[in-house]
Amino acid sequence: MAQSNRRAAGGRIDRNRPVRFTFNGKSFEGFEGDTLASALLANGVRVTARSFKYHRPRGIMGHGPEEPATLVELDGEDASGNCPVTTVPLRDGLSARSVNCWPSPDFDLGGINQLFARFIPAGFYYKTFKWPNWHLFEPSIRKAAGLAAAPSAPPAQGHFEARNAHADVLIAGAGPAGLQAALDAGRAGKRVFLADEGTEAGGSLLSRNLTVGGRAAMDWVADTVAELSKMENVIHLQNATVWAYREHNLMIVNERAPDQNSILERSWRVRADEVVIATGATERALVFGDNDRPGVMLASSVQAYVNRWGVTPGKHAVLFTNNNSVYEVAVDMIAAGIAVEAILDSRNEVPQAALDLVSGVTVHTGTVIGGVRGRKSVRGVRAVPKTGGSGVWIDCELLACSGGWSPTVHLWSQSRSTLRFDDDLAAFCPDQPKQACRAVGAAAGNLTLDQIIEGGEDLSYGIEPMWRVDVSGQRGKAFLDVQNDVAVSDVHLALREGYDNVEHVKRYTTGGMGIDQGKTGNINIIGTVAMQKGLPLQEVGTTTFRSPYTPVSFGAIGGLRENWGLFPYRHTPVTQWNKDNGAVMYEAGARWRRPGYFPKAGEGLQEAVNRECQAVRTGVGVYDGSPLGTFELKGRDVPRFLDFIYSNIMSSLKPGDGRYGLMLSEDGLILDDGVAFRLDENRWLISTSTGHADAVNQHMEKLLQTEFPDWQVMITTVTSQWNNATICGPKAREVLQAVGSDIDLAPEAFPFMSFREGTVAGFPARVVRVSFTGELSYEVNVAPRHMAALWDKVMEVGAPFGILPVGSESSHVLRVEKGFLSLGHEVDGTVDAYDLGMGWAMSNKKPDYLGKRSVELRRSGGGTRRELVGILADDPNRQIPEGAPLTPGGRKEATDGLVTACVWSVVHNRWVGLALLEDGHARQGETAHVRLKDDVIPVTVTKPVFHDPEGKLLRS
Amino acid sequence: MMLITCPFCGKRNESEFIHGGPVGAVRPDPNAVSDEEWVEYLTVTPNPLGPVQEKWWHARGCGEWFTIWRDTRTHDIVEAPDGTK
Ligand SMILES: [Zn+2]
Repeated sequence: MAQSNRRAAGGRIDRNRPVRFTFNGKSFEGFEGDTLASALLANGVRVTARSFKYHRPRGIMGHGPEEPATLVELDGEDASGNCPVTTVPLRDGLSARSVNCWPSPDFDLGGINQLFARFIPAGFYYKTFKWPNWHLFEPSIRKAAGLAAAPSAPPAQGHFEARNAHADVLIAGAGPAGLQAALDAGRAGKRVFLADEGTEAGGSLLSRNLTVGGRAAMDWVADTVAELSKMENVIHLQNATVWAYREHNLMIVNERAPDQNSILERSWRVRADEVVIATGATERALVFGDNDRPGVMLASSVQAYVNRWGVTPGKHAVLFTNNNSVYEVAVDMIAAGIAVEAILDSRNEVPQAALDLVSGVTVHTGTVIGGVRGRKSVRGVRAVPKTGGSGVWIDCELLACSGGWSPTVHLWSQSRSTLRFDDDLAAFCPDQPKQACRAVGAAAGNLTLDQIIEGGEDLSYGIEPMWRVDVSGQRGKAFLDVQNDVAVSDVHLALREGYDNVEHVKRYTTGGMGIDQGKTGNINIIGTVAMQKGLPLQEVGTTTFRSPYTPVSFGAIGGLRENWGLFPYRHTPVTQWNKDNGAVMYEAGARWRRPGYFPKAGEGLQEAVNRECQAVRTGVGVYDGSPLGTFELKGRDVPRFLDFIYSNIMSSLKPGDGRYGLMLSEDGLILDDGVAFRLDENRWLISTSTGHADAVNQHMEKLLQTEFPDWQVMITTVTSQWNNATICGPKAREVLQAVGSDIDLAPEAFPFMSFREGTVAGFPARVVRVSFTGELSYEVNVAPRHMAALWDKVMEVGAPFGILPVGSESSHVLRVEKGFLSLGHEVDGTVDAYDLGMGWAMSNKKPDYLGKRSVELRRSGGGTRRELVGILADDPNRQIPEGAPLTPGGRKEATDGLVTACVWSVVHNRWVGLALLEDGHARQGETAHVRLKDDVIPVTVTKPVFHDPEGKLLRS
Repeated sequence: MMLITCPFCGKRNESEFIHGGPVGAVRPDPNAVSDEEWVEYLTVTPNPLGPVQEKWWHARGCGEWFTIWRDTRTHDIVEAPDGTK
């Protein structure tokens, strides 16, 4: 019968709005307001899962994020894995499956593991599969373990987003204590951010029939929520879990389905002056043999299903407790028509106030459970005196347990605030705050309503702790951590084997490492360790609480930062032209998008690159050099500053002239290379490589602000204030002339490494004669708004000269032919200027500059160094992979170099390469050997330049 | 994520800043120190368990370099110990 366990009336569900869903392929019906768990229980579904390691049948044990037993995988548009069944709101069309079982939890082939259970003790993963290595076994073990698979595609519709907020007070939890705190702060005019993980406010009051000042407690909740909703200084979110407490009161909140149509989840980052932790308390499981059978539930969860969702999870019940809280639960169960067969109370004395609530029910004091009948469902329990004895069997299909309550101190502890073990409450409670936070309500150890709100009425607590049932004759495993199948015997084994620190016990047994983070069971593990070692719990301590408090989807963490959105690309004004002209776009460092090459129809990379390079070497080409880092430096002290940060002398430059230079770091390594031009007496322009612009900026600002605060140097980043088209090749001058400029382009009037201001194509321009290709070259800089027009003009006027656009692939070929170095290729964290044959850049005249002393110190030790050389394979058609090692004689021994670059040279019609080679400068003309995995390539060592070694062309 | 006070912009998220390392020794005249002293200057930086003075750069803000005292055990930003600034 459909919903056979649904009560006729009552609960916070809407019986007029049925909801259809499927679970493990079978169709069911629930109601609006149900969770997947409450709907399954309403339909009498008992076995909902198989356990992780032993594949034991499991049911639903909890009603919230503490659920240890049943995890589900959702299909379809809300695909996600490993969701606690109790936290999945029911929705029409929902399709869910149990994890850990195949083909179904009722008939699970993996259940055969139970037969081998005694071979899978704690530390199993430590002890087994050591040979040859764990990774060989891991995939099949993970598959057998059967946790859910990650969704294979992003959600079909909707997106995730992130928001920032500031608050005077952030309150985590909208139960009685959180609502009271929000009311107090809101009335005081503070900016309040109240977030609660549940679908509606009220916390424990949603499940309990308590009163405040003689009225139903939920009326008080409704009044409070209504008053808060009228306050403009209060943000109140439901379905919003505060899952992380970070440094300096940064709280991370995961809000689910704030807008069903477009926003799936929202991640809030809230910086709060004060944090109020009102996260309530979590009921603990009790530990006895076969305490994991379907039908064993937390007492508070039974109460929640009965009252909040109108579900009776069983018809005949036994309750088992060590404190007063279940007596109120028994009252509600009886009212719902459940036959309460007995209450087993491990305490010898039970307060009269509790007994008065359940007159007519048999209460066995000083009694524990010594055995459980039933495998796929509880069928009965054996009540035995805790002092021992055979006891009596009591038939039941539902066993509601309470091991007491643990304040939910996860956020408190994440903030590094300390805990103390309270002997009266038998629980770890907040002690000293380490950030601006305080705990209130049950989270602070105030476990009864009268301690929390004025007029609240509640039974006293009265716990006598029992970390595990300790009577003889018990059979079956007694689980401490149901999710990870960790039993008392596993903890005992860990202790015997010397893992006796609680953090070691956790890792060795995996207890508390499930996605429920041991919310119902960790305290029992600590108690079991304490019992075994004869220590007080305070000395055993807790394991470290870490975020997230409950599982958070990666989508919510990522927000809108998907794919390129994580770091947006940077574009120049020529991007559209590049795309229109068939460029294959690359990333060129620092997120700049640049054309890699411009293939014609049917052309491959190599043909296109050869064509572009040929144009530059024999005719003319043009490239967009805008992404190069560019800085303008202004002030009286720029010359001495540049002399300090470059290894060569810049201060001697005349206005209009420039120089190539190396920047070193203080430890003598090459930070960057580039050119510096003196615009006038006190204004300079320097360029850096594209990828290092930000690092160089940081370097210069740090020196100026922290080392030389009295030097007058102002730095302005102008990378995006000037764009440039660099026209290069033997016909570059003719093309620039045709484009039109008022600058005298004659070689003697405008020589290499100089700078002129004027107009080009009618636009104000700075033209610089630098060359990164080895050819005659003009870098024409204009304002970004003129760049696209300049580019069009250059292409139009250059067409009769055969001008071609040049991509970064060709730039690489051209610089390798010329032997120009590239950071990241020839320059790594080991080479210095001398190794690169650039000793001329290391000034002997300056007594001090950055890195000088360190280079001298490093070289003073003597010994050979890896030096830059050219390499030519005997076979001109043999390409050598970049990065390939060189070894002495090609033998299998320590390398004596590596190939830094290898390109097809259009000048020589062959492959040419650069390499860093041990003692390379002295080995020119010799043969060296590149060693590949299955081949050795003999190469001739040459000078690292293959084109125009005298530099006549670039000066032409 | 820490909350760092820039002397110009006030309290800002750590993500706006770049860490510039602990404040170390003053750069000596490289021509007046021994090799050992130079290596010491280059490689030995303060790394205490407790408060350390650090350089931070408000890179995604005003561009100011400044120093703070941070407790390495807690990430708390603390007052300078007595007698220092
Ligand atoms: Zn600032």
